[in-house]
Amino acid sequence: MNKLTFGEQIVTCKTGDTVLDTLLNNNLTIPNSCRQGACQSCLMRCLNTKPPAASQIGLKDVLQEQKYFLACICYPEQDMTISLGPQANLFTPATVISKEILNPETILITIACEQPLDYYAGQFVNLRRADGLTRSYSIANSRKHAEKMTFHVRRLAGGQFSQWVHQELSVGDSIEVSDPQGLCFYLPNRQEQNLLLIGTGSGLAPLAGIIHEALEQGHSGEIHLFHGSREMDGLYWIDEMHELQKNHPNFHYTPCVSRGDTPEGVARGRANEVAMSTLAKLKDWRVYLCGHPEMVNQAKIHAFLNGASSKDIHADAFHVASASLD
Amino acid sequence: MSEEKSSTATLYERIGGEAAVNAAVELFYRKVISDYRINRFFSNSNMDAQIAKQKAFFTMAFGGPNNYTGTDMRNAHARFVTMGLDDSHFDAVMEHLGATLQELNVPANLISEAAAIAESVRNDVLGK
Repeated sequence: MNKLTFGEQIVTCKTGDTVLDTLLNNNLTIPNSCRQGACQSCLMRCLNTKPPAASQIGLKDVLQEQKYFLACICYPEQDMTISLGPQANLFTPATVISKEILNPETILITIACEQPLDYYAGQFVNLRRADGLTRSYSIANSRKHAEKMTFHVRRLAGGQFSQWVHQELSVGDSIEVSDPQGLCFYLPNRQEQNLLLIGTGSGLAPLAGIIHEALEQGHSGEIHLFHGSREMDGLYWIDEMHELQKNHPNFHYTPCVSRGDTPEGVARGRANEVAMSTLAKLKDWRVYLCGHPEMVNQAKIHAFLNGASSKDIHADAFHVASASLD
Repeated sequence: MSEEKSSTATLYERIGGEAAVNAAVELFYRKVISDYRINRFFSNSNMDAQIAKQKAFFTMAFGGPNNYTGTDMRNAHARFVTMGLDDSHFDAVMEHLGATLQELNVPANLISEAAAIAESVRNDVLGK
């Protein structure tokens, strides 16, 4: 008999009963369907301990790492604190320690947290200013400097938070940072696996974090980055990425623009289309997609049709409230 | 699949259980979303959720453990019936099911058994 803590409720799980049985028997509403670990409707997350391995069969590695499990096939081995969604948002105070321009519409801010946060390269946090206005931003650095986190903030027309960061936020100011979230991140397993990373606009931020992390961890597979924007103006870190390419023979960088003139070394076309025509066979590749939601969705299907397994496709679509993201 | 169980084993066991389902699902889903006749019924918006649903379908087609009732099948497909889902679409799915299993070198007699199970839900899926 083990105890299950679910929000405010504490219920007892009888030996031989699953987490799902127990919650349903206690009149708690949990989405479910097949009840055999196939449909994943009853996906839950354990907040205190690692769930039994058998309850994680068939889940993506990133979900397993974050202690997600299927309630219908979970026979608890100890007391568990469980939730349906991500855990409650805790915030940590931080200070802005630098601010620099990446291109006419994007700036890079670096913050120092009072307590280093435990994150994976590629995850995002919510940044909250004093009046409570909160936005999600991807962490742009690897785990090497976990006490200093960097973000790429793109100015959006009518974007309250991004305008404020661009115009008002200064070095020395305070800001709050949530616990890291999201499942589009790098795990150093299967280091021989080839990686394809496609990003548009400030979608480069999490991808840069992933690339640095992979290289620092000694990833041995090929790593291909395609960074796209409508025009040359929207790209940034071109020199930095070329430099990285020079120092790491397994890293390959292709900047892409879909409109206007393309200087030598820049591909003409949308990043996802350039990537998919360059790399037509993606069987056993790991794929990361970040940026414009439409690009992410198209690239996901295209990568899958090119042979990537859905378990190896990690995506973070940047949904924005205002209209000007390209 | 294990030798000693072959006389009494279920189709699900003989075909290779969960490992076989995993192998089949992605092959099958690639065929389905590339097929203009039926891909509108398989929304692209959440690929992981779609693949999980196909996994449940394969488990059922292989006679594996499942809790689906005829009513579940009807309810789940009702909105597709209003979109025009008919026998021709069901036939296309059956075609891809067969082709997927052939690609995985599943013996013909087991493919027929799986096809017969899938066929048994035709009327529920089509709301007849």
